[in-house]
Amino acid sequence: MARFGMVIDTRKCVGCTDCVIACETENDVPNGFARDWIVQISNGKFPNAQVEILSERCNHCSDAPCVTTCPTGASHYHDIGGIVLVNHDECIGCKACIESCPYGARFVHPEGYVDKCTFCVHRVEEGLDPACVSVCPTHCMHFGDFDDPNSEVSKLLQSRKHHSLLPEAGTTPNIYYLT
Amino acid sequence: MLEITTTRHNHLIDPILHAWNWEIPVYLFLGGLVAGMMIISGYFLFKERVKEDNCSCFYLPMISFVLLSLGMSALFLDLEHKLFVWRLYTTFQITSPMSWGAWILILVYPALIANILIRPPKFIANKIPKLAEVSQKLIEHKWAVKNIGVVNMLLGGMVGMYTGILLSSLGARPLWSTSVLWLLFLISGLSGAAAFVHLIAKNVYERELLAKSDNAFLIIELFVIAMMIIGLVTSSKSHMAAAHLLLNGPFASVFWIFVIALGIVIPLYIQLLAVNHKIKHTPIAPIMVIIGGLILRFVIVAAGQHSHWF
Repeated sequence: MARFGMVIDTRKCVGCTDCVIACETENDVPNGFARDWIVQISNGKFPNAQVEILSERCNHCSDAPCVTTCPTGASHYHDIGGIVLVNHDECIGCKACIESCPYGARFVHPEGYVDKCTFCVHRVEEGLDPACVSVCPTHCMHFGDFDDPNSEVSKLLQSRKHHSLLPEAGTTPNIYYLT
Repeated sequence: MLEITTTRHNHLIDPILHAWNWEIPVYLFLGGLVAGMMIISGYFLFKERVKEDNCSCFYLPMISFVLLSLGMSALFLDLEHKLFVWRLYTTFQITSPMSWGAWILILVYPALIANILIRPPKFIANKIPKLAEVSQKLIEHKWAVKNIGVVNMLLGGMVGMYTGILLSSLGARPLWSTSVLWLLFLISGLSGAAAFVHLIAKNVYERELLAKSDNAFLIIELFVIAMMIIGLVTSSKSHMAAAHLLLNGPFASVFWIFVIALGIVIPLYIQLLAVNHKIKHTPIAPIMVIIGGLILRFVIVAAGQHSHWF
């Protein structure tokens, strides 16, 4: 079975927010909400300062706490690649998934259900990359199958130093950042 | 120097998670109180106190029924997709404490009704005369009354534990991620219920017994709070930071003054004097315990949402 995820090169990312705009456009994200966002971490003092820019979103964790805590099964793993999705018609808006997500990736859609990044599953099913990946002007974002050792994302992880976000939270996230 | 900037702003999440408002602490408090009352009422049934004409086991289930319904209403108000609430009962998600809770609460109502049927309140009995026959038959069968008591105690224990497990299963919130939260909420629920029954009980023996029990529950509650904080401050950096929210952070004043001092220590002192016949029983102490239990839920829910991994 495939395990879809992303690899994002922090050395190439300039924080232009094109990925954010592309997501809002592609998925009709309501005003004032964000399925993906940019975080800039500045560390140290000149001349030893470092800046890391991260394009963040739902990590589509393999051990997703949002899926285990959902009382109705609305939060679930999609058949294709273990993408974590929310079935809007099953969601009661109890917000347990929001409380259980260490990444703060979920929000309540104005229509009442909980919403978040879907890895643009409608595009992935057609063999396309998610919108954010496809528009990135620096080509710092890569989408693919981690269970395929020959995929681009697997090869990038084999060849470059990388980290994921909050691995200590025990959720087995599927987005990696190349450093 | 470490500086973090983000372009994100999601309502209820940024800058501080505030997805659960007043409804959840009120629901957890009422759930705990009902759990405690079911255990107390069940114990009295098991001990065959139905012989006493003014046993609190005759009116506690009706009060529990109303309070539980109020708690469920608060939970319903919290839902963002209210019309889909029935979805809770189209599935059972074994890993979701909320799903367990939804189904346990469905079992609680029949147990409360069975307890009510032992002696239905007059305003119901007058309307449905047949209930008097049911009540008579139940009282004639000691084993039935005892079993209703056992079931009420078991389900009360499950509801009391569930209110804590609901939060502690959410590992993304370090303050809740403690294995003693279920015990804290169960004991706090028992303490609040004992205080409530002490306040309203007509039977002198029950009033005295519950004042003494409440003192024991309050002492255990202090011990469990200490265990919880020790567990957090000796854990990871995120858990230590979560403990400091209560110890000396933004929630410290409410926690120390309203939960520990006014909610536990002072009423415990007053009730210890009362049960040792140094002073007369006063309604002030149990009222303080009940309000302290409510504030405990508010503090734990709010501070828990404040805590996060880093």
